[in-house]
Amino acid sequence: MKHWWWKFMAVVLLLIASIAGLRVPLSPALVHVSPSRIMPGEVMIDVTGYNTRFADGMRTYLVNDNQYVCPMRVDVMDATHARIVAEVPAGMRASMTDIVVQGMTYPGAFFTESLGEGIESGSCAPTPPKLDLTGLGFTFPNRSILYESIRNLFFHVPMWFTMIALMGIAFWQSIKVLGNTDLERDRAARSAVQVGLLFCGLGLVTGAVWARATWGAFWTNDVKLNGAAVTALIYLAYLVLRGSIPDLYKRARLAAIYNIFAFVLLVLFLFVVPRLNEIDSLHPGNGGNSGFNDLDLDNRLRIVFYPAVAGWVLLGIWMVDLRTRTARLIEQMDR
Amino acid sequence: MLLYVVSAVYVSYLAVKGGLGVALWNALFWIILLFAAFNALSRSFQREDQGRQLYLHTLVHPRSVVMARTLYNAFTMVVLSLLSLLFYALFLGTAVLEGADLGQFLVAVVLGAIGFATVLTLIAAIAARAGNGLGLMAILGFPLVLPMLLAVMRASKLSLDGVAWSVTSTYFGGLLLLDVITVTLAWLLFPYLWRD
Repeated sequence: MKHWWWKFMAVVLLLIASIAGLRVPLSPALVHVSPSRIMPGEVMIDVTGYNTRFADGMRTYLVNDNQYVCPMRVDVMDATHARIVAEVPAGMRASMTDIVVQGMTYPGAFFTESLGEGIESGSCAPTPPKLDLTGLGFTFPNRSILYESIRNLFFHVPMWFTMIALMGIAFWQSIKVLGNTDLERDRAARSAVQVGLLFCGLGLVTGAVWARATWGAFWTNDVKLNGAAVTALIYLAYLVLRGSIPDLYKRARLAAIYNIFAFVLLVLFLFVVPRLNEIDSLHPGNGGNSGFNDLDLDNRLRIVFYPAVAGWVLLGIWMVDLRTRTARLIEQMDR
Repeated sequence: MLLYVVSAVYVSYLAVKGGLGVALWNALFWIILLFAAFNALSRSFQREDQGRQLYLHTLVHPRSVVMARTLYNAFTMVVLSLLSLLFYALFLGTAVLEGADLGQFLVAVVLGAIGFATVLTLIAAIAARAGNGLGLMAILGFPLVLPMLLAVMRASKLSLDGVAWSVTSTYFGGLLLLDVITVTLAWLLFPYLWRD
């Protein structure tokens, strides 16, 4: 118990994060509204929701610059589909009209024609919009573009955290190797780099899938992607360097020197260079993109995100430990 | 070495023929310079056999050796890059330089050359100690100079576009910081490399 409590903790944290990350439903939202253009007269609007529970008598209205248009009729087909019939007046002020169903807003739903000085506001207008969450319990934010892929936050991002942590361990072990050429620490450094590369690969794969779903391409020319590619190249070069030196002690020392040099430069590149040209990045928190902090109700994500990070990092350390021990056993058997 | 650069420039002149846009002009220049740097600096530790190394070891501290090498390489690279810029401008035309802030561009070239030299000196030493020449040096060195190359290319592109000093100075500051840190690391690590 004394020595393996943290492994136990890694398993528990990862289980919690994976189950919660995959099972927790998204909060209800409107995902599709057609048509996308309205003109004066009677219009039929089809609304599609996600995880919603449309019901007869639900409160629905169109909003145009703080003026409200009430529907004539709302036909609820099922929990996620409804047809709204409304009489659109001429002379609305703003060119974009929003639609609100059950307190869920779909901003900029309609291009609006026949603009004018304003209209008389309908009487259905709003009690402050309040989302009905009863019976759903804990939910994740439902953001347009992201939708269900928001769950990848608990897998893609911790991969990079773990990789940096493992490369940091390799860096530390390499410094120790220079002090006195200790082959055990050399093995630990190599294992950390190998497992770190594995996490780098997983981070690239999860990132590519996510990028395809949200940005439309598997690979973009992005500062952070360049950083990831450079990291992979540096540590592959580290392994090549190790492979080219037969003498054990000389290999340990040269690899340690390269690793220290590479890690310091890498940290500079990953954390300083992106600051120089941050406009280039599509990642959240760069170039005017909204970050983690302004995701509405971000605390719901954080509750799962932090355990996920801790769990993955601990799992990575565990893998390094196992690899170091097997490497030691293999060397003893060879002798 | 100069011959290498001149032939590379001449080959690109023959290959390109027509005019080049600012972005391509800049990119081609830095690629030529990058490969020139690899070629020039890979030899800085190669020519030493065991006996000569031992002789140097008895005379001076390894730190003096690496500092001398870095200074010499930086000087070589600065001269080489300025000369290749001269030939490059001669062959591929100076049309892009008209709208440029020439002072800024020269600062970018000099800083980039020094940066290549400082990073690649230690890498050359490691590759030479591993007993494997140019191949290993390219594998080890390329990912480490790549981010520096990106930063310096962007800085020189900006200066070719003639933007203000206040914009490019962050890049120059970053490059300078990188050079200082690299030299410090070489200073710290080189003695371990020489111990046998």
